[in-house]
Amino acid sequence: MDEFLHQLVAGLATGGIYASVALALVMIYQATHHINFAQGEMAMFSTFLAWALMQAGLPYWGAFALTVVISFVLAAVIEFVVIRPMHKAPELSVVVVFIGLLVIFHSLAGWLFGYTIKQFPSPFPSNAWYGSELMSAHQVGAILVALVMVALLFSFFSFTPIGLALRAAAQNAPSSRLVGINVGRMLMLGWGLAGAIGSVAGMMVAPVVFLDPNMMTGVLIYAFAGALIGGIDNPVGAVLGGFIVGVLENLIGTYVVGTELKLSVALVLIVGVLIVRPSGLLGRKIVTRV
Amino acid sequence: MSHLLEARGLRARYGNTRVLHGIDLDVDEGKVTTLLGANGAGKTTTLRALCRLMVQTSGTVTLAGSKIDALSTEQIARLGVGHVPDGRGTFMGLTTEENLRLGVSSRNNRVGADEDMARIYGYFPRLAERKRQQAGTLSGGEQQMLAIGRALMGRPRLLLLDEPSFGLAPLVVKDIFNIMRRINKEEGVSILLVEQNARLALDLADSAYLLETGRVVLSGSAADMRNNDAVRRAYLGE
Amino acid sequence: MNQPNKTNHSPLPGGIAARQANGNTAAGLSWRWILLLLALAVGLAFVAKGYHLFQATMVLAYAIALLGLNILTGYNGQISLGHGAFFALGAYVAAILMEHAGAPYWATVPAAGVFCLVVGYLFGLPALKLEGLYLALATFALGVAMPQLLKYKHLEAWTGGVRGIVLMKPDAPFGLPLTQDQWLYLFALLVMLVMFVIAHNLLQSGSGRAMRAIRDHAMAAEAMGVDNRHYKSMSFGVSAAYTGVGGALSAIAVQFVSPDSFTLFLSISLLVGIVVGGVGTLWGAFFGALFIMFVPNLAEKVSKAAPWAVYGVVLIAIMFVMPGGVMGLLRKLKERRSHRAG
Repeated sequence: MDEFLHQLVAGLATGGIYASVALALVMIYQATHHINFAQGEMAMFSTFLAWALMQAGLPYWGAFALTVVISFVLAAVIEFVVIRPMHKAPELSVVVVFIGLLVIFHSLAGWLFGYTIKQFPSPFPSNAWYGSELMSAHQVGAILVALVMVALLFSFFSFTPIGLALRAAAQNAPSSRLVGINVGRMLMLGWGLAGAIGSVAGMMVAPVVFLDPNMMTGVLIYAFAGALIGGIDNPVGAVLGGFIVGVLENLIGTYVVGTELKLSVALVLIVGVLIVRPSGLLGRKIVTRV
Repeated sequence: MSHLLEARGLRARYGNTRVLHGIDLDVDEGKVTTLLGANGAGKTTTLRALCRLMVQTSGTVTLAGSKIDALSTEQIARLGVGHVPDGRGTFMGLTTEENLRLGVSSRNNRVGADEDMARIYGYFPRLAERKRQQAGTLSGGEQQMLAIGRALMGRPRLLLLDEPSFGLAPLVVKDIFNIMRRINKEEGVSILLVEQNARLALDLADSAYLLETGRVVLSGSAADMRNNDAVRRAYLGE
Repeated sequence: MNQPNKTNHSPLPGGIAARQANGNTAAGLSWRWILLLLALAVGLAFVAKGYHLFQATMVLAYAIALLGLNILTGYNGQISLGHGAFFALGAYVAAILMEHAGAPYWATVPAAGVFCLVVGYLFGLPALKLEGLYLALATFALGVAMPQLLKYKHLEAWTGGVRGIVLMKPDAPFGLPLTQDQWLYLFALLVMLVMFVIAHNLLQSGSGRAMRAIRDHAMAAEAMGVDNRHYKSMSFGVSAAYTGVGGALSAIAVQFVSPDSFTLFLSISLLVGIVVGGVGTLWGAFFGALFIMFVPNLAEKVSKAAPWAVYGVVLIAIMFVMPGGVMGLLRKLKERRSHRAG
């Protein structure tokens, strides 16, 4: 029983990471109706930036804040320079552009920062009061961070006029223009937020798995699965999905098949869920009258 | 006498296809002007050209004296032009209420938005019943009401309406036209109405233009148009 | 006398919707040109050296695989991020048959095709309840899972586990005076020809039209009596078969299969290949195959430190300049020329 709990909790902890990246994916999806396949690599790159800032002497929270801001700006610029010109291009061509971004970020990180594994500090001290045998302080902290981000995002999308405008711009750009929304600005905002969220996710992962260019490659698959399970148009769903995937992955890896097959089996299960409920657990089924 | 909206030499094309070949058009403050013509005459394109939406345009357009022909669609919306597009342009994935709320985006402040919404629900009680319903599930008539409501939320000076009667049952259309009359008379909103249903349009309008293949071929007061032989034969079926 | 292009509502760049009545094939190439190309291709066998012939054979194998993916994505409108899995399956079927059943190499190619046809069809049945992104995820899962499955210790007796299986290159038959590389290349060329012709006929047929109808407007297609489920599953099966054949050929050429040769990156490369070549075109498969074969190496020559960054920049640049791929660009150039002439 003890072991089960341990695995469950570890699953929740990794789930928190997946949840954060899933959140960034949903963010861009809600803003642009695109899946940002480069999300993981961008988050990894941001984490390296934070590391570099700390190497240059900045204290943790200073580097954290600056990295979030830089990531916001960087992502917004990418939207404007790379993605926006492609808005009339066919869907698949846009996917290839994302792949191009993925590969560029990965390669740049390796080139600028090297491939040796680096340590990355956690803001949650290991002897903090909320740490325990079951769950380390960092794990608790990472989960809390994911939950806080989703709460903020959910409120943003559901209750603020800008959040509504962002959703509208993604769904129907011409109609949005007609009501006075500057669609281009909304797209940049969406991307910027995703970049910021991704950077936070990266900085939560790095203390656990150590920082290297391959850090996020596996995470993206799980985050993608989590976002879809929860419903690609729903931030709360994304986070829920991320946690579910994390737990499933861990439990399956421990109890059903060994770690080699846990990836495949977890994914197969996820696909099974989607076949039964295509819009995800919390996703809204968009019904259109023909 | 200056008009609320003035267009001179308005040309428009989709890519290499030229659709408008130089339209001159006026809308007077507080009046209803209608644009008539058969399918493909360029009526929808005219409205889009005025808002610079989806077409390349040239020519001058002034709104209350200032030129708007170099502005973006959203900037024009923010100047108080409410455009109810053909096909309604509903945000299918959002609720009725969210659709209405989006209409406020073109205003500089949101003061009074709740009262505006109450007023819109007053015009269209069916919408109030479906407040939290996904807009894509509304019927055609309801979506048309929603589109008009959304434009009204922006407190526009000028309402551009593109074929509001399209695909709707006659009773629903009558309803909508009555409301448009009220909006014009009670709130002083000027209206530029594109309609294929010439009879309804000429009933509501003060002045009219007849479009044929991208050119204005006839213009005048609505009464004059109604009595014009050619119009009666071709568009009123008399 | 060209017929006008029908307007295309699909999310993919213009497919070959126009059928020309002047004796040209759908790609607008006269038979004379095709025979010329064929002659050149055969001639290559006698001009190129061993390693280059090997690369040419691999290009052919990839081209067949890309034909497969294009049938699914370009003509039927379904996205697959996991076709590398079928490439792997085809390769392993060829390897296992040769290694454990002593089958001759030429028999393994159709066997791989049939096996993948069945697997693809079966995968298609449940997967096709999913749309767009969700299907992308399901195929993504397939692509990621395959290497793991191939390494699975309970299958090691067959698959050779992590170490894989080593194969022998076949000799030219009937004592023909050709080297192994030359023969293999010509064999691949023959297979390519057959597959291309089959694909061409399939897509021009009623089934092909049904497939494209589904791509362009699934609901309307269904309303007109097209059995969506059957066609979609068949598309998946056929596309898997093609990719499997490509995989089998590649296994024979490389003389080696191992799980790590067939990672997610292969699936991504295949997708990149059809987009760069031109989605919804058959000829695009060649250009795509050339791209995935040679551009990574070229990128390394440009920058030793960050070759993939160069690759990524090239990808993005190509999408900016020709979002319809090479075939899209060629078509635009041809239109411009005929506008000026006409």
